[in-house]
Amino acid sequence: MSEADENRPSPEALLAEARREGRGRLKVFLGAAPGVGKTYAMLETAHEHRREGADIVIGLVETHGRRETERLVHGLETVPRRDVEYRGRLFHEMDLDRLLERRPKIVLVDELAHTNIPGSRHVKRWQDVEELLAADIDVYTTLNIQHIESLNDVIEQIADIKVRETVPDSVLAMADEIELIDLPPQDLIKRLQEGKVYLPEQARRAVGHFFSPGTLTALREMALRHAAERVDRQMVDYMRAHAIAGPWPARERVLVCLDGGMDGTRLVRVAKRAAERRGAAWMAVTVETAGAFALSETAKDRLSTAMRLATQLGGEALTLQGEDIVATVLAYARERNATMVVVGRPRRGRIALGKSVTERLVAKAGDINVLVTEAGTPPVKPAARRGGIAPPDWLGHLFALTVCAVATAVAFAIDWARLSIGNISVAYLLAVLVVAMKAGLRPAILASLCSFLAFNFFFTEPRYTFTIADSQNILTVGFFLIAAVIVSNLAARLRSQIRSVRESARRTSNLYDFGRKISAAATLDDVLWAVVHHVANTIRGKSMVLLPTDKHLAIAAGYPPEDQLDDKSAAAADWAWSHGGIAGRGSTTLPAALWLFIPLKTSRSAVGVLGVQMLEDADIPSPDQMRLLETLADQAAVAIERTTLVADIETARVATERERLRSALLSSLSHDLRTPLVSILGAASSMLSDELSLDDDARRDLTQTIQDEAERLNRFVQNLLDMTKLGAGALKPRVDWADLRDIVGAAVERAGRLARAHVLKIEIADDMPLLCVDPVLMEQVIFNLLDNACKYSPAGTQVKIWAIRTKEHIAIEIADLGPGIPAEDREKVFDMFYRVDQADAQSGTGLGLAICRGIIEAHGGTIRAEPGLHGAGTCILIHLPLPPEAPLPEQDPVS
Amino acid sequence: MTAHILVVDDEPQIRRFLRISLTANGYRVLEADTAAQGIAMARETRPDLLILDLGLPDMDGQEVITALRQTMDLPIIVLSVRAQETDKVEALDRGANDYLVKPFGVAELMARIRASLRPRMDKDAAVVESGAVRIDLGRRIVTRSGEEVRLSKREWDLLAGLARHPDHVRTHRALLMEVWGPAHVEETAYLRVYINQLRQKLEEDPAHPDLIVTDPGVGYRLKRRD
Repeated sequence: MSEADENRPSPEALLAEARREGRGRLKVFLGAAPGVGKTYAMLETAHEHRREGADIVIGLVETHGRRETERLVHGLETVPRRDVEYRGRLFHEMDLDRLLERRPKIVLVDELAHTNIPGSRHVKRWQDVEELLAADIDVYTTLNIQHIESLNDVIEQIADIKVRETVPDSVLAMADEIELIDLPPQDLIKRLQEGKVYLPEQARRAVGHFFSPGTLTALREMALRHAAERVDRQMVDYMRAHAIAGPWPARERVLVCLDGGMDGTRLVRVAKRAAERRGAAWMAVTVETAGAFALSETAKDRLSTAMRLATQLGGEALTLQGEDIVATVLAYARERNATMVVVGRPRRGRIALGKSVTERLVAKAGDINVLVTEAGTPPVKPAARRGGIAPPDWLGHLFALTVCAVATAVAFAIDWARLSIGNISVAYLLAVLVVAMKAGLRPAILASLCSFLAFNFFFTEPRYTFTIADSQNILTVGFFLIAAVIVSNLAARLRSQIRSVRESARRTSNLYDFGRKISAAATLDDVLWAVVHHVANTIRGKSMVLLPTDKHLAIAAGYPPEDQLDDKSAAAADWAWSHGGIAGRGSTTLPAALWLFIPLKTSRSAVGVLGVQMLEDADIPSPDQMRLLETLADQAAVAIERTTLVADIETARVATERERLRSALLSSLSHDLRTPLVSILGAASSMLSDELSLDDDARRDLTQTIQDEAERLNRFVQNLLDMTKLGAGALKPRVDWADLRDIVGAAVERAGRLARAHVLKIEIADDMPLLCVDPVLMEQVIFNLLDNACKYSPAGTQVKIWAIRTKEHIAIEIADLGPGIPAEDREKVFDMFYRVDQADAQSGTGLGLAICRGIIEAHGGTIRAEPGLHGAGTCILIHLPLPPEAPLPEQDPVS
Repeated sequence: MTAHILVVDDEPQIRRFLRISLTANGYRVLEADTAAQGIAMARETRPDLLILDLGLPDMDGQEVITALRQTMDLPIIVLSVRAQETDKVEALDRGANDYLVKPFGVAELMARIRASLRPRMDKDAAVVESGAVRIDLGRRIVTRSGEEVRLSKREWDLLAGLARHPDHVRTHRALLMEVWGPAHVEETAYLRVYINQLRQKLEEDPAHPDLIVTDPGVGYRLKRRD
């Protein structure tokens, strides 16, 4: 990286700064333990701000009956709490909605780590706070160090208490300011003895240990260090955002390896802290090897818990595929520029052939640091509950017995044929191998034991006893068992390899399939249908897509079709939409909803929400399904955006066009509407005037002018109306059988006086069929063209209407012998308000041809301008599709 | 005897123009500006002809036609705006005798009024003449310049359907009903073919018909020329 690059502000830092715009500021009053005076300090600060005139309210403050604190609450506006009944008891929770409505500048929210009563919008209070911040409201809050998620396990070790209410580190990292409320341990213990410290029920039991000087000192140190690290990071952030050159490490990565064999949550926390200290990004990986035995349910649970924790703590979690765990992890670590890999210490008491994964990782890591740490012992209870022993495979064992019986039958046959006893043992060995291949280890062991017993009982001397006379036969049992173990291992490995390959192939083909389906979908409806159908099939449940309408989200598609949501689900969908996060069943926001909602986001914008519901109400998507769903959601969002983008572009194009038309219309109106009015007004006022003495001829002349101009005005208004209807799509052809001769005749009739000065020639082929058109609109077309032809060609010249039927279409031509249209204008004359510039500006409206084109195209035909025969004049050429066969009446004889 | 004409239109300017020109042509004019008033006046004064605007403030003009047709047989001429062919057809099918498209000239209006006021044809005994064509409805004979023109039965039925209401527009529906029966009222193609055949036999220049003229989208009319 060059010097210049180094000095450029880091994009992430700038982004983070930008993200704070339009968001409320978060101030955390951080303490080492209850009783240090966080709430008190927060209230004091609030009073200071209030004196300065800030709009500050109490969202929720717990005074726990302490008098000094209560005194501070007075004088500050308190937003009433919300009463929630849960299991027959009344709880008072912060009223988030009322606060959002009240929109103060600053809200005081005590005890950030609090867990809300079930049925609240969010599971945790810090989520409420996030929503307040997002609404551009500043929040002051209090927090004890032991509630920080990543310190959770350390606290557990130090203080010997399990802290259940935790706050993700990312929330704290978001804080714009942290004020450390410090009180020396001795003073705190004194306050405790004076009864000035409120303790929650569960902490009271551990009070002795917790409030020992040792524990308090350790907690205090952690709080101080955390605050110090914060200050440090803020400075680095600032320097980065402002491109101040400074010695900071390049973006490193810490990788933590997890498997189901141990409790990975501690490893995740260790990795997180290590990454924090290094200012590095971090990720949790697990390697899915095809060769390993399928993980037990307990192991899957442990792994998924650890992976989820990683995501919650702000890390990345992903599953790698590979045969060799060590090689896969290291290759990935190098690829992602990881400088440290965190692994658990190999478990004791496990018989390992060769070196453990950890040992090999350490050996091969090279320049990558490997941090080997003690993984927490897996909690015993859940393991026992879930039953480490798999339920007996009855079918497999039955199969083993059957195969042994068959083998015994074969053995009798061999025995009867007086073949050597060696062949009999081979028959049994075969049976064991078959069972091992098909049914796995346990049935194979059963099969080897049965085989041995049967072999011993029936075929070795002394027969029909279990007595083993020959020590060789002991060896036979041994061989049977060894064969069973080796083969069943191999077979299991193969089976699981196949399963894993199939699984990954299925996922790939699922994504591929989905991509193909939605890229083939042209309209929004097609895309939505493809999405809901595919998602529902993928999770074997229900799915829906909600899109924003004018005010709120509405179900746009569902599979199976669904058109209503229960209130809780609707609330979750709204939340997912407005906050761009996952909400509903199985998530931490509004988990009481029946559906789970995933926002559909693209890099540009949020387009909607995807809802899913498993068939079983209690089920939630597995982490694997969740990841697949998120990928599908991303693809769906892009596809939906694509279709709306097309519509957007079209809207923008139409808007530009409309703007152009509007100005053209205005200029046309001012000219074309006014000119006849000027003549009419002039003529009428002349006739009314007493000063002018008009003779009859002059009077007649003026009256004629009024009539002509009024007719002109009428044509113009009619054109405008037709055009408006065409533009609004209201001019729909009302097709009927029509005779072209009739239509032309009516048009000529209407043109009447206008066409009188020209020689009109009409040639319509005898074989012209009945047309299937709107006779009124077609008459308008012919009239407009006739009017144009007469208007733009000298009096006395010929205007010709000529129509034939060809194999492909009906062709109609209207030709005049005027000056013609310049080649470059031939297409433009069909645009609205376009007029060819000519010296003797004719009084056209610039609408006639546009209307013709609109009507002809509505009939599925084309219209274009061409030079006339021998290049003289203009010829307008209309092509209409051939009409269907008309239902003709039976001819009746002439009487 | 002077004919009484009732004008029902809510536009005072149009009523004024109609009053002046109708009075100048020797008619006596009554005016109403709402449908309700129009119906009441029609029943009370029994005018010889009604000029009815379809766009009235209190009621659709179509309803006025239906209401009056239940009890009265007076000729009704409807005023409508262009490009509302469906309105015209509906008005005619409800029993209006003719229509005029706004804006219209006085000459045209007078021609329509004269045609509507002419005493009703004695059904099968009348003779209609137009130019060189003479249609004898009673004897079922058509001649052109004195020569008999041979028509098929349906051609005759169609021509007679037009000739019985000379100078009045007949809707496609009405003609189809009369000639082919209720099962064929939508078969406009039949009409086009037969009208074309009639024109070939009767018109001087079939490309410029002036005996059987087309009202686009509405129907046909048999025009009487001197």
